[in-house]
Amino acid sequence: MNNKAISTTQAVEMIPDGASLMIGGFMGVGTPRRIIEEIVAQGKKHLTVIANDTARPDVGIGKLIDAKCIDRLIVSHIGTNPETQRQMIAGELVSVELCPQGTLAERIRCGGTGLGGVLTQTGFGTNAAEGQQIVTVDGVDFLLGKPIQADFALLGASRADYRGNLVFSLTSRNFNPIMALAGKTVIAEPNEIVPIGVIPPDAVMTPHVLVDYLIERRQNNGR
Amino acid sequence: MDAKTLIAKRIGMEMKSGDLVNLGIGMPTLVANNLPEGTEVYFQSENGIIGMSSLPAKGLEDDYLTDAGGMFIGALPGACSFDSGMSFSLIRGGHLDVTVLGGLQVDEKGHLANWMVPGKMVPGMGGAMDLVTGAKRVIVAMTHTAKGEHKIVKTCDLPLTSVRRVDLIVTEMAVIEPTEAGLVLKEVAPGVSVDQVIAATGAALIIPETVPVMAVA
Repeated sequence: MNNKAISTTQAVEMIPDGASLMIGGFMGVGTPRRIIEEIVAQGKKHLTVIANDTARPDVGIGKLIDAKCIDRLIVSHIGTNPETQRQMIAGELVSVELCPQGTLAERIRCGGTGLGGVLTQTGFGTNAAEGQQIVTVDGVDFLLGKPIQADFALLGASRADYRGNLVFSLTSRNFNPIMALAGKTVIAEPNEIVPIGVIPPDAVMTPHVLVDYLIERRQNNGR
Repeated sequence: MDAKTLIAKRIGMEMKSGDLVNLGIGMPTLVANNLPEGTEVYFQSENGIIGMSSLPAKGLEDDYLTDAGGMFIGALPGACSFDSGMSFSLIRGGHLDVTVLGGLQVDEKGHLANWMVPGKMVPGMGGAMDLVTGAKRVIVAMTHTAKGEHKIVKTCDLPLTSVRRVDLIVTEMAVIEPTEAGLVLKEVAPGVSVDQVIAATGAALIIPETVPVMAVA
């Protein structure tokens, strides 16, 4: 059995400039903080980030915005981060695609589950529908949301076992389990890693087969 | 009673015990603390929880128990948490009884605009479009006018959040129900006349023979 745990440095060295990243979290809650800080430290550039939001300056994905690591965003919301809005208006961000939150979740799920897209009425008749295909099913019009995949999915978990089974706590689950399906390489940053068997099968939220790497535990456990 | 409390209390009267309710940010959050005595509902936060409550006390924060604005909350016994896919399946799938949202404009067709002001504010729609499209009832909580400008208008000139007709508009002046025929004035606030509501509204109102006063205590 391979140990999936690697250092934050090793994990981020795998990410080339220009890569596409799905990053879990909602306003920074459930976002892998150590990975984010290491991406900034290694000075990654021209990234595409797919996430719910860009949190706030100096919080979660907001740190990648502050450090200008990102060229393109696919998100549902940037209203809480004035720096994201500033970079968008100034043209420093090459593109910002705003997608309704529920549609974003399902597009990511489609990308990871072999489905060709999702049909939704959300956004129909609004300017969020511009350029999108309309599909009529039994007389009802839907927008077609196309699948999204990424080179990497970066997840924040509460607990993992060394095989890579993941557990998320309360509202930190959000996009994490869905993104685990849609990243070509999946890296999870758990708060703790426990021996295999400690997490009961029924408690596993993301099965280990989806997880390629874990960020190793903090050395010395703070002692 | 200030305008926001009046609006929150009147909307609270629309809730039935057992309803699953999602409150938008801003004024709608006041509804949680202004429910009628004996009305108990389940509050959903779209970042993935049903059974949220306000933070019981400072010092009891959990880093992983937050609302959609990222602020610390509490959870009641029996609360449940889930991923964003489940959260929006509940919203889109007709499982959410009521959503209360703020509004920038509502028009004669009952169309709501509340997510962007071109050239000024482009925050992204977040969950607003899913909520307006999918909830069983959509209630708009907003001030009747903004800096003298009408917010209830003939046709929204701001980008729409959905083409679904909202179910009720509650302001500090009136309760208005959008219908197939147009906007029906259902109630006026205490001390407000029908003529004052008409003057403050930029759209045609259908005025029934009797317009009761909001029964807000």
